[in-house]
Amino acid sequence: MAVAARSIHGTRRLKLQVFRTVVFVAAAVFFLVPIGAMVEFSTRGNSGQRTLEYWKEILAYPDMVQAIVASLELAAITSVVMLVLLVPTMVWVRLKLPRLSRIVEFVCLLPLTIPAIVLVVGLFPMYIWLGTNVSDSILTLALAYVVLVLPYCYRALDAGLGGIDVKTLSEAARSLGANWLDVMWRIIVPNISNAILNATLLSVALVLGEYTIANNLLYNNLQVELVHLGRANAGVSIAVAVASLLFAFVLLVVLAFIGARPRRMHRDPVAMLASPAVSSQK
Amino acid sequence: MTDRSGVEVRLENLVRRYGTVTALDGLSLTLAPGELVALLGPSGCGKTTALRLLAGLEEADGGRIVIAGNDVTGLPANRRNIGMVFQAYSLFPHMVAWENVAFGLQMRHVSAVERKKRALDMLDLVGLARFANRYASQMSGGQQQRVALARALAIQPQVLLLDEPLSALDAKVRSRLRDEIRRVQLEVGITTLFVTHDQEEALAIADRVGVMQSGKLEQLGPPTLVYSRPATPFVADFVGLTNRMQGTVRGGSVEVRGTSIPLVQPDVSDGPAIALIRPEAVSIDGNGGTDEGPLVGTVIAVAFLGAVSRVTVDLGDTTVLAQLPTSSASQHPAGTRVRLALRTDPVLIQREEPAPTAS
Repeated sequence: MAVAARSIHGTRRLKLQVFRTVVFVAAAVFFLVPIGAMVEFSTRGNSGQRTLEYWKEILAYPDMVQAIVASLELAAITSVVMLVLLVPTMVWVRLKLPRLSRIVEFVCLLPLTIPAIVLVVGLFPMYIWLGTNVSDSILTLALAYVVLVLPYCYRALDAGLGGIDVKTLSEAARSLGANWLDVMWRIIVPNISNAILNATLLSVALVLGEYTIANNLLYNNLQVELVHLGRANAGVSIAVAVASLLFAFVLLVVLAFIGARPRRMHRDPVAMLASPAVSSQK
Repeated sequence: MTDRSGVEVRLENLVRRYGTVTALDGLSLTLAPGELVALLGPSGCGKTTALRLLAGLEEADGGRIVIAGNDVTGLPANRRNIGMVFQAYSLFPHMVAWENVAFGLQMRHVSAVERKKRALDMLDLVGLARFANRYASQMSGGQQQRVALARALAIQPQVLLLDEPLSALDAKVRSRLRDEIRRVQLEVGITTLFVTHDQEEALAIADRVGVMQSGKLEQLGPPTLVYSRPATPFVADFVGLTNRMQGTVRGGSVEVRGTSIPLVQPDVSDGPAIALIRPEAVSIDGNGGTDEGPLVGTVIAVAFLGAVSRVTVDLGDTTVLAQLPTSSASQHPAGTRVRLALRTDPVLIQREEPAPTAS
C-alpha cells in the first residue's frame, strides 16, 4: 500500500516537474527569441560579420542621448512624486479615514480604465497652458505620468500596507514620542520597503516604455526617439531598444535582490557577551 | 532606571461619543501615585476608550485629564510621556528587541551609547536580556509583550497603560506574565492603568478594581471589596459567579428558602426580590436522604477546580452552585441527595424577573 502510494505521489511530482519545465522553457522562448533577434540584428555587419558599430553609434545621436537622459529623469521624478503623494495618503486614510478607502481606491484605479489617447485629449489644454506659463520642459510630463502609474503603484503599496498593523504600530510609535514624520519615516516606510520597491519598479518600467502621451503632447522621450531613429537608422534604434530592455532587466534584478535581502545578520552572541551592559546576564 | 515616585492621575468627567453612541459618559477616576488600577468590564463598556483618551490616542468630547497636576487634555500622544502596552503585538518588525526598546529614547535624542545601555537594562528588568538581538518574529507572544513592556518603561513615563496586554496569550503564559507585570510595576513604582475584560486578571494584580458598564464606573474599590461587597447587581453578576435565588424582603433582610439573610442595603421596601448569593456562601450541610425541604436537592455536576470544587445542585425549581473544598465535595458525587445551607453574610438583591438558573 505504502509503496503504491509513494509511487503515485512520485509520478505526480514528476508530472508537475515536467509541466513546470515546459512552461518555463515556453516562456523563456517567448521572451528571449525576440530579444535574441534584436541583439543579432543590432550586431549584424554589412558583410555578415559581428560588429558593435550600431551600439557605438548611439552616442553619435545627441537627440537620442538627450531622450534617454530625459526618460531616466522622468522615471525618477515620477517615482518620487508618486511615493510622496501615495504613501502618506494611503497611511492617513487607513488610520483616520477608513471609510474613504473605497473612494481613494476608485480614484487611484481610474486611470486604468481611461485609454492613454483619451488621457492625452484631456491633458492637451493643460500642457498648452503649462508650456506657455510655467515651463515647456519635457520633465513636466511627470505630472501626466504620475496619473498613469497611480493604479499599479496603488495596488503594490496597498498590498504592503495590508501586511502590517499600521494602526497599532503608529500608535505605539506615537506613545513613545514619535511625531507623524518619524512614524512615517522610521516605522511605516521600513516595514513596507518591499512594496515601495515594487511600486518604484512598476513606475520606472511604465515611464521608460511610455510612448503615446509623450508623442501626442509633442515631447521626445526615449520611445518617441526610438521610433524616429528607427526610420533613419534601424540598427541604432534596435541597439537602443535592447539597451533599454537590458536596463529594465538589470533594474528588476537589483530591486528584487534588495527586496529579498535577508534581515540584518544578528550580531555575534559572543560580542554581546563582551558588552558590559549584558555580561552580567549570562 | 525609571522614576520610582509615581504621579497622581485624574480623569475628570470624561465624555466620548461616537456618533450617537456614548462610549464614555462622564467618567471620573483618580489614580493615586504608584497605584495599579484595573478597569474591568464587558466589551463596549468604555474601558478601552478611557485608556485611549488618557494616552492621547483619541480626543475627549468633554472633561479633563490631569497628570501630576498638569492638564494634558489637549496634548498629543507623543508629548504626554505615557508608556503603553497594546493588546495586539506592537513591536516594530524591522527592529530587534533592544532597538525597539531604544526607539522612545531615540525620539528623546538620547545618545546612541546611552540608549543601548538603557534598552539592555530594561530588557534585563523583564528578564529578556538574552533576546536583545531577536526580531519580533523570532520571539513568542509572551516574550514580545515583555519587550513591549520594557519599551513602554524605557522612556521613564509618568503613567503606564496596559490595554489587555495578556488577552492574546495562552492561559499559562498569561498568569506568569500577569505576575511579572505586577512585579515590574511595583519595582518601578509607576502609576498604572490596566484595562481587561478578565476578572481573574483584574482581581489578581490590581490595587483597586473599577468595574465599568455603559461608559460609567459602577464600582471602584480594592479587589476583595468589589468581590465581597459588590455595589450593584451588575458588579455582583460580572465579578465572580452568583446564584440568583428567589426570596422575600422583610424588615431589612431577605428570606431565601427558609433562611433569613441580612441585606447590604437594608433600607428597601418589603416584597419579592432576587437575592444574589456567591457559590462560596452556599455549603453542603449533609446528606439529604429522603428528606424534603426548600434546600434539599440532587447533585447534578461536580466541577473539579483544584483545591476547591464547584457543585451544581438541582433544587427542583432552580439550580444552585456551591463552592466547597474538594475533599468535602468528593463525598457528594453526582446523583446524591444533599441538604444545602446558606451563609448569612449580607447580600445584594435585585428587583427583576427571577432568572431560572444560577448564572
